Amino acid sequence: MKTHEADIFRKRSLTERWIAAVLFTCAAVSIVVTAGIIAVLLFETMDFFGRVSLSDFFLDTQWTPLFADKHFGIWPLMAGTMLTTLFAMLTALPLGLSIAIFLSEYAPERIRRFLKPIIEILAGIPTVVYGYFALTFMTPLLQKFIPDLAGFNSLGPGIVMGIMITPIVASLSEDAIYSVPASLREGALALGSTRLRALRHVILPTAFSGIAASFILGLSRAVGETMIVAIAAGQQPVLTLDPRVPIETMTAYIVQVSLGDTPHGTLEYSTIFAVGSMLFVITLTFNLIALYLKKKIQRGVL
Amino acid sequence: MSISNEHPYMSVTAASNDAHTENGIRRDYTGLREDAALIKTAGLTAWFGSMQALKGIDINIAAGKVTAIIGPSGCGKSTFIRCLNRMHEVVPGARVEGSIFYREHNVYAPNVNPVMLRRQIGMVFQKPNPFPMMSIKENVLAGLPLQGKNTTNRDEIAERALRQAALWDEVKDVLDKPGSSISGGQQQRLCIARALAIEPEILLMDEPCSALDPIATAKIEDLIHTLRQTITIIIVTHNMQQAARVSDYTAFFYMGELVEYSDTDTMFRAPHNSRTEDYITGRFG
Repeated sequence: MKTHEADIFRKRSLTERWIAAVLFTCAAVSIVVTAGIIAVLLFETMDFFGRVSLSDFFLDTQWTPLFADKHFGIWPLMAGTMLTTLFAMLTALPLGLSIAIFLSEYAPERIRRFLKPIIEILAGIPTVVYGYFALTFMTPLLQKFIPDLAGFNSLGPGIVMGIMITPIVASLSEDAIYSVPASLREGALALGSTRLRALRHVILPTAFSGIAASFILGLSRAVGETMIVAIAAGQQPVLTLDPRVPIETMTAYIVQVSLGDTPHGTLEYSTIFAVGSMLFVITLTFNLIALYLKKKIQRGVL
Repeated sequence: MSISNEHPYMSVTAASNDAHTENGIRRDYTGLREDAALIKTAGLTAWFGSMQALKGIDINIAAGKVTAIIGPSGCGKSTFIRCLNRMHEVVPGARVEGSIFYREHNVYAPNVNPVMLRRQIGMVFQKPNPFPMMSIKENVLAGLPLQGKNTTNRDEIAERALRQAALWDEVKDVLDKPGSSISGGQQQRLCIARALAIEPEILLMDEPCSALDPIATAKIEDLIHTLRQTITIIIVTHNMQQAARVSDYTAFFYMGELVEYSDTDTMFRAPHNSRTEDYITGRFG
């Protein structure tokens, strides 16, 4: 019989070390790939700004890199992205927060456990489906109320994008509200508060950073969302805040160039990297803010 | 619900008339008498789902006195006081049968609004629960917005409640700091101040010192001694010395039943029931 002392000095098995190595490689690949993408983006963007000045990019109000008279002002694309994002958030915030409040405060546990996965399924619908939903359902529906709404516009896709983000906002806000300790809820009720006032004065303020994080993650999804706006918002980079007319978002422009016949290596082609970098910076900023807020709730409250 | 602030049963002479001396032990039966009771329960039974936590409690609780509820963990003592201000039903699956009379009102009558009832019967919990997003001052005054009240003399109310809770001198210079920035004992007194600020007639305390160190506990006990002059207190405690120190009456709960109820002196010097004696002498629990 082997002694126990012999066992504790036995080396870890070769298989175990192999598995650890394979897992480490997988983890490393994701980091390397991310770093690679950032490097390419940065490199191509530098190349672009070697040919187009920063002031042209940030101060010009026209975006016409594919025409003979070339202008490289980012603002029309920015305006398009901001418009659709605005409508998305105007839809997703009230809807998502209402769902979150209902699920965490009013729905019986049975309904909560049944409804939450269903709402999360909404997040799994392919965005191309949402895109055609915007083009063939939402826009025609809105045209009944807004007669001069164009077939491609920022309002319809914006609202549909809001529906798409609603599960994110609802699910994360619900987590935040649900994680408010029961002792605070009871403390408020014991002071003779109605449930609504307890919600408003104690529970929502306590869950605030989590709710804000859900909004910002939703916002970052809206900014980066591509398919819906590429299908239903148009491809006309005009500097406008009119929700009825066709526009073009940053993401839709990247699709237009990537799918079109613009030759690789040309100035026209490198514009997509400049636009891509802008998108990257914007969404990264939002994600970092959301991360900070989420950390704050994990530390705080309890 | 309009309930006057008079205490018809709280006359000092009535209480002193009830104090008898028997074998050198002072006995006072005011709390046991139905006509002196501020709260009367009849056949009070409570469940959590299928688990029965209270099995037909009949008890009269005296106005203007401190009543302690003691008993081992799981005996239903917390459930009992949570029934009194209808906080029991806040837990999903919880239900109650029987009746509780607060003055002449059946607390569980269909026309009683639990929100209004809780403004008369305040509560302090086991773990201090100041609202984390509010300052110390906002915490004391939290009852105002939570009741939809807009009062101008906020400073006055805050100071009075903090003085009542013996916390004013410690926090008067840091009123704008977060409620969670002070020590656990101070937080618990802040919660007491918060409950007192809405001027309840009864204060329920659910093991208010179980999360506190001995010094903080002593401060809360001193506070109970001061508060007993103005407010009726019902305190749940698993600490028998504490019950003996702070209360006028003590009720011993065991397995969801009220085993023994008498004035605190009698309870600790000459308990009638053998289970009570076993418990207070530390033979079980």
